[in-house]
Amino acid sequence: MTPLSALLVRDMRIAIRVGGGALIGVLFFVVVVTLTPFAIGPDLALLKRIGPAILWLAALLASLLALDRLFASDHEDGSLDLILTGRAPLELVIAAKGLAHWLTTAVPLIVAAPLIGLLLNIEPPAQAGLVLTLLVGTPALTFIGIVGAAIAVTLRRGGLLLAIIVLPLTVPVLIFGVAAANAAVAGPAPFGTPFTVLCALTLASLVIGPFAAAAALRLDIE
Amino acid sequence: MRISELANPSRFVRAANLVMPWLSGAAAIVFAFALYRAMLAPDDYQQGATVKIMFLHVPSAWLGMLCWALMTVAALGTLVWCHPLADVTAKAAAPLGAAFTLLCLVTGSLWGRPEWGTYWVWDARLTSELILFLLYLGVIALWRTVEDPSRAARAVAILTLVGAIDLPIIKFSVDWWNTLHQGASVLRVGGSTIDPTILIPLLLMTAAFTLLFVTLLLAAMRNEILRRRVRTLRLLQASVAG
Amino acid sequence: MRVNAVDLACRRGGRDVFAGVSFQLARGEALAVTGRNGAGKSSLLRIIGGFIRPAGGRLWLDGGDPELSIAEQAHYLGHQDAVKPSLSVAENLHFWTAFFGADARKVQDTLERVGLGAIAALPAAYLSAGQRRRLSIGRLLAVKRPIWLLDEPSSTLDAAGRDRLTDFMKSHLAGGGLILAATHGALGLSGTQELSLDQKIPLPVSGDNLGGGSEAKVGAVTP
Repeated sequence: MTPLSALLVRDMRIAIRVGGGALIGVLFFVVVVTLTPFAIGPDLALLKRIGPAILWLAALLASLLALDRLFASDHEDGSLDLILTGRAPLELVIAAKGLAHWLTTAVPLIVAAPLIGLLLNIEPPAQAGLVLTLLVGTPALTFIGIVGAAIAVTLRRGGLLLAIIVLPLTVPVLIFGVAAANAAVAGPAPFGTPFTVLCALTLASLVIGPFAAAAALRLDIE
Repeated sequence: MRISELANPSRFVRAANLVMPWLSGAAAIVFAFALYRAMLAPDDYQQGATVKIMFLHVPSAWLGMLCWALMTVAALGTLVWCHPLADVTAKAAAPLGAAFTLLCLVTGSLWGRPEWGTYWVWDARLTSELILFLLYLGVIALWRTVEDPSRAARAVAILTLVGAIDLPIIKFSVDWWNTLHQGASVLRVGGSTIDPTILIPLLLMTAAFTLLFVTLLLAAMRNEILRRRVRTLRLLQASVAG
Repeated sequence: MRVNAVDLACRRGGRDVFAGVSFQLARGEALAVTGRNGAGKSSLLRIIGGFIRPAGGRLWLDGGDPELSIAEQAHYLGHQDAVKPSLSVAENLHFWTAFFGADARKVQDTLERVGLGAIAALPAAYLSAGQRRRLSIGRLLAVKRPIWLLDEPSSTLDAAGRDRLTDFMKSHLAGGGLILAATHGALGLSGTQELSLDQKIPLPVSGDNLGGGSEAKVGAVTP
């Protein structure tokens, strides 16, 4: 097993075994979606129109949940120090951890999204577009998030600061993700344009995220 | 052997092993009979045969709530009387209650779709039932998060007691709020309003579901007791290994 | 291979911890770093391990692999054990073996050597502090690296564990390894150099630093 695949498998094992496992993220996702009609009112037509936006917001917040443990748990038990002494490049190590986070946090969300969409009156044909935008856009959320996680790793109230750092950076992803999902649900705007931009954002974050996070982790070396 | 002696986990496991074959047999028989009577029941003049989803939907709703009520009693058992089997009961019951509640939500959604034009509406009864489902999931997550079973039991007991407030909300939601869901027709002041040809199969299905629930609960409790034994043995193994 | 340090200085949290630390360590040699609490023993090891940048001085390696830093050719055994409670004992060691590119088939033998063979499948959450420390030591045995940086390695170990550790250190040195260990007591190895950090504390006010460039424990500290 290569060093990076060993790290990927380890992170996934830990994510699945600890606490509620991968389902905690989905549970949070469902709770957030359930709260919206209490705030907005049960008007089904309205919920159908803003449904994709609510699902995207909920997916964003649920992804954020597991992010602050990404580096912090390794930092706390000394594993992060040892990982830094490995011979694999730090950027690839971070990318492996990001992939593990996406697989264990975002993928269950994407699988649950169609069912949850039913709660918001999103019909099955429109759900396909929504799921596709989530599939393409959630890696961007993860890989932007790891930059914040790396910056906040040594801080005590890191979780809150992480959210404040990361959320503004995810705004472009949110804009284009929701635009694409809305185009899939309601038309008339074409689906292709925002979707292509979303793909571009994700690809960019897959590269920039690990480099920025590695720089942040190295800054911890005083 | 008195009931109180069953509080001993080992005795409980032995008693459960004795009783379970009979219980599962009884559940199967009652299910068969109930389904037969349900098939014989008349179709609705408006909905046709889809009305028979009711025979799954209503009992599972009742059992979802019964299960939380059982968990509430178990929670009191843990907090107030420190009964040894109370938290085992609570932990075993949670996934079962969640399953019944999910069955209720799904069957209700499929049943309502032709009539309401949508799979879901945010009316009072459906929403409070969904909240119950989320509460179940929260309880299950809490059980899994705290490693030590006895500490987890106390935390879960408090959550269960607080969540029990959802049960009367579900029951009376159709009276208190203007809802899309049908009003109370079985358990109401002044007696039931359903015709016996439908009421009897409904009650039979409920009995069958209850027997199924008890069988599964005993099996799950037995598994939980064995799981805790494994944990104790592992702790012992680690300390003996030096 | 030789680890060389000249005039290393350390600053943590605005405080000067030590200055003027120099030593040379060659293959088969061990260095015991001693000093009272707060003298900077852990900090010195972390500087060599590449986790902290020194405030001054030079640190370099003669020999070894020129492509790799000192940290990448060293094992660091700190106060924390880097053991994940949700993985089993064997899974923990498997991970580090695979991550550092060593042969995964040696895991079970290594666990036997540190006395954890019988509980290899047990979740690491059930381990005592001493057992977790032994699991960390297993990492040093399974993955071959020449330099060992040990921070109070025997702190949670019982007498049997300490004896085992001494044996491991002896075989490491016999195989051409180097050991730098921070310790309160004796290492139990013959021919160990000693570096006491108690004399390396710079005086804050007068600006006149005591403890120049020599590595022997000369002179006493004037407060």
